[in-house]
Amino acid sequence: MTQRRHLLSVNDLSPDEIAEVLRVSDAFVEVGHRDIPKVPALRGRTVVTVFAEQSTRTRLSFETAAKRLSADVLSFGLEGSSVKKGESLRDTVETVAALGVDAFVVRHPSAGAPAAVARWVDASVINAGDGWHEHPTQALLDCYTIRQVLAERSGQPLEKAGTECFVGLRVAVVGDVRHSRVARSVIWALAALGTEITIVAPGSLLPPSLEGWPVAAVSHDLDGVLPNVDICYLLRLQIERGTGEFLPSAREYSAGYGLSVRRAERMAEDALVMHPGPMNRGIEIADEVATLPRSVVLRQVANGVAVRMAVLFMLLGRAAESVPVPPAAMLGTVGA
Amino acid sequence: MPEGAGAVPGEGRTPATVVIRGGTVVDAHGARRADVVVSGGTFVDVSPRVEIRSGAAELDAGGCLVTPGLVDLHAHLRQPGDEEAETVETASRAAALGGFTAVVAMPNTDPPVDSAAVAHEVLDLAAGAMCHVAVAGAITVGRAGEHLAPMRELAALGVRLFTDDGTGVQDPGVMRRALEYARGLGVTLAQHCEDRSLAGGGHMHEGAWSSRLGVPGVPSEAEELMVGRDIALCRLTGGRVHFLHLSTARSVALVAAAKAEGLPVSAEVTPHHLTLTDAELAGFDPVFKVNPPLRTAADVGALRDACARGIVDAVATDHAPHPAEKKDAPLDTAAPGMLGLQTALPVTLGALGATPSGRNGHASGAPGDAREPVMDVRDVLALLSWLPAHIAGLARQQGGDQGGPIEAGAPANLCVFDPTAKWTLDEAAIASRSRNTPWLGRVLVGQVRHTLYRGDPVVVDGEARR
Repeated sequence: MTQRRHLLSVNDLSPDEIAEVLRVSDAFVEVGHRDIPKVPALRGRTVVTVFAEQSTRTRLSFETAAKRLSADVLSFGLEGSSVKKGESLRDTVETVAALGVDAFVVRHPSAGAPAAVARWVDASVINAGDGWHEHPTQALLDCYTIRQVLAERSGQPLEKAGTECFVGLRVAVVGDVRHSRVARSVIWALAALGTEITIVAPGSLLPPSLEGWPVAAVSHDLDGVLPNVDICYLLRLQIERGTGEFLPSAREYSAGYGLSVRRAERMAEDALVMHPGPMNRGIEIADEVATLPRSVVLRQVANGVAVRMAVLFMLLGRAAESVPVPPAAMLGTVGA
Repeated sequence: MPEGAGAVPGEGRTPATVVIRGGTVVDAHGARRADVVVSGGTFVDVSPRVEIRSGAAELDAGGCLVTPGLVDLHAHLRQPGDEEAETVETASRAAALGGFTAVVAMPNTDPPVDSAAVAHEVLDLAAGAMCHVAVAGAITVGRAGEHLAPMRELAALGVRLFTDDGTGVQDPGVMRRALEYARGLGVTLAQHCEDRSLAGGGHMHEGAWSSRLGVPGVPSEAEELMVGRDIALCRLTGGRVHFLHLSTARSVALVAAAKAEGLPVSAEVTPHHLTLTDAELAGFDPVFKVNPPLRTAADVGALRDACARGIVDAVATDHAPHPAEKKDAPLDTAAPGMLGLQTALPVTLGALGATPSGRNGHASGAPGDAREPVMDVRDVLALLSWLPAHIAGLARQQGGDQGGPIEAGAPANLCVFDPTAKWTLDEAAIASRSRNTPWLGRVLVGQVRHTLYRGDPVVVDGEARR
């Protein structure tokens, strides 16, 4: 990521670059454990979050990350203008850019909106979720969480952990892949690191074509797949966007594809359950399953801040020289 | 502006006599070396070496092909209603610069051309245009697909093509009645084939790319279903059907079968569907958003092949201007369509292998280039001039003055172009009010040098004269 200006798609990242993001994230996880979890790395830089869609966790996570890097943070909501969505987006971002902004963090209901913003402004653009297209930082924090858990289990110090732990890992991605930006990022990121991916979904929630997708198998039988996976990654059923056309009912979906307590028992003892949130408890995941030790949902959220700090730092923090990890000076405590 | 022997054609003034010197005449009769003398709006002499007449303006056609003016079956002139995007005047200038001497104005204006009053308005605007503007009428009132528009009244004004373009007539019962009612009017119904339920609000071709990009797609079947339906209705009613902007391999296969059966169907394809694929959307650039959408490389190859085999009757631009604010938006909210009039000739020549360097001329997304389907340049010009002139009812045998041939006594509608000239389209050269073309900044091969409309040199040395 040393030469990159934008993060629009995980396809922009080579496996080595993903590994680099994970390494840099380690340093920021450490920062998060300090009494004063703030570093001066992006002092004087301005990050604006432009969210044209409801979001709590992603926005808070990015803003927390930017603030912990000492960046100035502006916050721009477009929810109110969604009636005319897109029509004034160019004017909006050009106006914001004129304030002097170094990075746009963009969430938008239209696939490709961050790419459009990147064409219009000189600043860095980070895709924080665009339509059904991608949510790259979600995929990066998922990768980080997997690596963190596996390193802990093996007793390996995190800074020594590479990405070998992903090779051969069996991951089931379960649910509404068709309408999921998370799936379109996490599947490519995990596959780039060597995992073996099985998509489990009703036919109507699969993308029209899987040509070119790095998946080993597609299944409509969650019960059959669960005993043979290391990670069960559940996708959110987009109830608010209407499932009527695609599913008979949420109940029928839950009966076939929800991770119930009974189903979770089919999984190997050490297999993990992941979910990008927000969870529809009782639909794609049973309430009890969400609180099992094998569920790492809250760790995903917690790691989000450090991973987004890493992304912001790598896109904005290295002016002329390129350095593999943040130098100690930049990670010094604010005011030290 | 060439100075020298004879007067140079002046602005707004038709010179008495124009000599087009040194070119190769290509029309339905074939190709031959000939100079062409135009006077009083007609060809007065077409022969290998004509003498300079005193007072005649001379246009150099050295190294050029001299061909009947091009005829576009499918242009959106946007007037009345969307003058910010385009006007009849600006579109006709773009047409003349592109070598066209006639365009068919699509009726999806605001209000649409579903009444004599609106048709009159467009015809009045067209009176001062730089090319002939034929008006197409809507099949149904308001293009709503319910009640038949007054086709008899519109036909009496000279309307020969009817279409609800922008949308297809969804109800097969309504389309059947329209075909039946049109009998005896001497008109053709043209269909924008898109089953709305299957198309489902898609923004690009449904396939590998749309699936990867998370963009709702339009499956090929949304087009093919209506092509198949209208072939059946053509068989049922005997009515003539023209298929607009076909984009898929199976669509042209259906048309091939219908033609083999002897049904009165015709079909057009656009230059962009002959050159670009859905892979262009990888960067979400709305300039590549068109309806029907850019399809796959296999479809591009099949369309080229259908042109070479005579299954496709015309290359039509689907010239669709949109102002920047309708294109500078996320892909799903951007308007579909791209300009076509000024680039149709070089893009088509390149796609169909009729220019020597054309196969390398178009940098991007010209899949199938390795196949070299190579059509004779005359067959390509047929698709751009005399075949569409017939479909539009503008050919000489039909009482019109378009599509040639170039012979003494015929009306002087002419395109003179250099098939090997390389040029780059820059923004300042665009005559349209809009700028939405993917060919900006790209090297094109084949350049219009002069255009004569009814004897008037409206374009000289690549410059519009008014």
